[in-house]
Amino acid sequence: MGEAYVPGLKVVRQVVLTKERHLPLKGEVLVKAGDNVSADTLVARTFLPGMVELVNVSNHLGIDPGELKRSMQKQEGARVEKGEVLAKISGLFKLFSSECLSPISGKVETISHVTGKVTLRRDPVPLSLPAFIPGEVKSVIPDEGVVIESQGAYIQGIFGVGGETWGTLRFAVMSSSEILDAEKIQDDFCEAIVVGGSHVTAAAIKKALASKVRGIIAGGIDDEELRELLGYDLGVAITGQEKIGMTLIVTEGFGAIAMADKTWSILRENEGRLASIDGRTQIRAGVIRPEIFIAQTSQTSKMGSEDPQASTLSIGSKVRIIRDPFFGELGIVTALPKALQALPTEAKTRVVELQLKSGKSWVLPRANIELVEES
Amino acid sequence: MRILASDCGSTTTKIILIEEIEGHYRLAARGEAPTTVEAPVEDVTQGVRNAILELEELTGIPFLEDGKLIKPASGERGADCYVSTSSAGGGLQMTVGGVVREISGESASRAALGAGAIVMDVVATNDGRLPHERIERLRELRPDMILLSGGMDGGTISHVAEIAELIAASDPKPRLGVGKLPVIFAGNRDAQPQVKEILDKKVDLEITENLRPSDKTENLQPARGKIQALFLEHVMAHAPGYKNLMSWTDLPIMPTPAAVGLMMQRVAQSHNINILGVDIGGATTDVFSVFHEIFNRSVSANLGMSYSISNVFLEAGLQNILRWVPFDLDVRQLRNRIKNKMIRPTTIPQELPDLILEQAVCREALRLSLIQHKLLAVGLKGIQKERTIADAFLQTDAEESLVNMKELDMIIGSGGVLSHAPRRAQAAMMMIDAFLPEGVTALTVDSIFMMPQLGVLSQAYPQAAEEVFERDCLVWLGTVLAPVGETKPGKKLAKISIGDREEVELVYGELKVVPLEGKTRVRIQPVHGIDAGKGRGESFETEIQGGTVGFILDGRGRPFKHPSDPKTRIEKLNEWNQALSVYPHG
Repeated sequence: MGEAYVPGLKVVRQVVLTKERHLPLKGEVLVKAGDNVSADTLVARTFLPGMVELVNVSNHLGIDPGELKRSMQKQEGARVEKGEVLAKISGLFKLFSSECLSPISGKVETISHVTGKVTLRRDPVPLSLPAFIPGEVKSVIPDEGVVIESQGAYIQGIFGVGGETWGTLRFAVMSSSEILDAEKIQDDFCEAIVVGGSHVTAAAIKKALASKVRGIIAGGIDDEELRELLGYDLGVAITGQEKIGMTLIVTEGFGAIAMADKTWSILRENEGRLASIDGRTQIRAGVIRPEIFIAQTSQTSKMGSEDPQASTLSIGSKVRIIRDPFFGELGIVTALPKALQALPTEAKTRVVELQLKSGKSWVLPRANIELVEES
Repeated sequence: MRILASDCGSTTTKIILIEEIEGHYRLAARGEAPTTVEAPVEDVTQGVRNAILELEELTGIPFLEDGKLIKPASGERGADCYVSTSSAGGGLQMTVGGVVREISGESASRAALGAGAIVMDVVATNDGRLPHERIERLRELRPDMILLSGGMDGGTISHVAEIAELIAASDPKPRLGVGKLPVIFAGNRDAQPQVKEILDKKVDLEITENLRPSDKTENLQPARGKIQALFLEHVMAHAPGYKNLMSWTDLPIMPTPAAVGLMMQRVAQSHNINILGVDIGGATTDVFSVFHEIFNRSVSANLGMSYSISNVFLEAGLQNILRWVPFDLDVRQLRNRIKNKMIRPTTIPQELPDLILEQAVCREALRLSLIQHKLLAVGLKGIQKERTIADAFLQTDAEESLVNMKELDMIIGSGGVLSHAPRRAQAAMMMIDAFLPEGVTALTVDSIFMMPQLGVLSQAYPQAAEEVFERDCLVWLGTVLAPVGETKPGKKLAKISIGDREEVELVYGELKVVPLEGKTRVRIQPVHGIDAGKGRGESFETEIQGGTVGFILDGRGRPFKHPSDPKTRIEKLNEWNQALSVYPHG
């Protein structure tokens, strides 16, 4: 039987981060290897194919699909403007003439002599790709994107909504267990990434949106408040595309849970610096967790990189309980019995014995803890 | 003879060792290791090797030499045969197209699902979307392949050509991003030249027999065969390490659900029974049925016990979950608990109330999955009856479902929440409450989910697959008798004679169990107006199978209704749980 504990999220004070930035389709790369970029530098751009419009020309003109070829005024590949004649038929002395006008501006993609329909494609939509993290362009992926390398603090959250954004890291609370409510959102938090404590309320999010806050990082959120923010109940944890006006990252889970000490202290140390955050979460095989990256400025001395991998669970390891009861509490591993043990549910599983911060001893499934790195 | 059979799942690769001892095949050992399809390893064979290493440790038999399988066996080394199934990397993901959603669209879905695929979307001329919306959707889906159907042989060509044009306009790309997307055309044979003209340059087009050649016939096997061939050629061949894995196996690698379906069909056929099978996982729930030799499979993509638990909560609704919980719960806390399970899917219940809550969610996930399955497992729609054209297109009628609970002989439950329930009575109750069987139905669970391996194995070694299935895979929980009908609480529903024992009386509203092992003949005499499976008031004798739980007598009536008063509901739940010793202390 393999180890059953959750290895924990990456929370690293200092790491060399390599980030690939990819266009969704081939395009043009705007920077070159060795360039220094900031979060908002556009590194590549492309044009997304325009939407398609199908026009039933043969129906419109009252002809058979086979007759379409003779009637078409624009051939495949031709440019067409909205209102321009796409196809027409003329009767004797211009009687019974009929025209089919293009409903959009774009290009004639296909003409079907089977269905009598013409496929028009709208003009391409330009798309620019920002660097997202400040750093150095290590390499260029021709026509596709770049690889950016940067050094700084890296934190994975447990769950997030909203996509990539960046802003100055500002603190709205004094401790990791304090609740972030509306009163703590200050007027000058505009365009900032605001750090809360154990819990962010719906009222605080509402006020933050009004203050044009770009992102919030907090220990937890109530599911009911998340529903209020999204406008719907979240069924599956595949997020990142929400258009809610900001990005929200919770580091611990649902409910009021004090932010982990190390996460809190790293964020605190970086107050006032630029943080790049991405709420994208995918909890499936190939899990994606939300990310917070705070790059070192050029003035900051560069330190050695920490190993972001979790170490092995052993006696003395510091762990956090990630399921009720005692959800969120910290403890020290005092024993790792080899034999399966029965839980109060009667399920037999591998367990771990902990000494909780309160001094209480507690036995629980290994699946219900995660390793915590020392701050 | 030694046989190795693996199932490379999304997260875990499971391998079993089957040995032939004195002419009979038995499960000898089981190993598992994390699947290694994704970064950083990106080679499925590594996970298989790791699982084999565990087998080596357990059995002391060396199966690998220089990282390669020792085959055939020589003395105390190696195996004679190796087979595998796979659902790693999300399994086989397909989009299907048809002219009319309820006719060719539905037949194409059945073909794809039966071949082991997840159907991501059904595109049809009457799917309620505008053409550009369909094109956008086709482009963004990135399936492994598309199955296009539509039109009866000799019928209209233009409608199916229209769907082909949508596919061409979307310029679809395969999920694994290599080469052109495989598209199978299994529609009107007269439309083949036109479909070829439209699609040939854009996709990797394969043409096969029409899966709906006439309104009265469905011919799914050629399309299913094509899907499985393309799965190997296009999907497996491009998945990391699979080319190598395919060189190890003695039979083609099968999609996991297709192998389970095959096993279900074999069991139904060999015992001449109707079966309902379910595999409830963390993200999805698969339901299989074989009724009167007709096999159907459905996948409820977002009904599951961890990744999808929040979606079960959403689709079932709060009240439907809570109706199975015999205590009061704070709603805010409940919502947070469900979401915390979703974001930390590997955690397990430690305290009893937490387990009871998860099992309540399971009941609803199973109930909803069965509803979805019943909608798919129907007779052919679109058959011209004495109706208008509009009626012919929309003949969705629950009565048409092939899944008839009164004709159901056996339920096979699988998936962690059922197979690993701390008490077998919990698995029995979850399945009874969710599926509400009617009449006499046997209840079983798959002990360690080895049906995929046995399914693929059954193609070459049917005796081995069947013997291991019967002796090592299937756990008999017992049999449930659930009479259909309603009467006043406490009034007699039926009298049951069990073998040579005394007679048992079942009254309305009660649930009880008679401990029973092995096979026994029973005589069931329902009262007037109550149907115990053979018609109202009809008495009958039948043979039933006992098991770890026994003979469960469910007098709660069908249709089953919870008491509307919360206090009475909790009292009744506790009473039923106590009757079967479902939970400790109660």
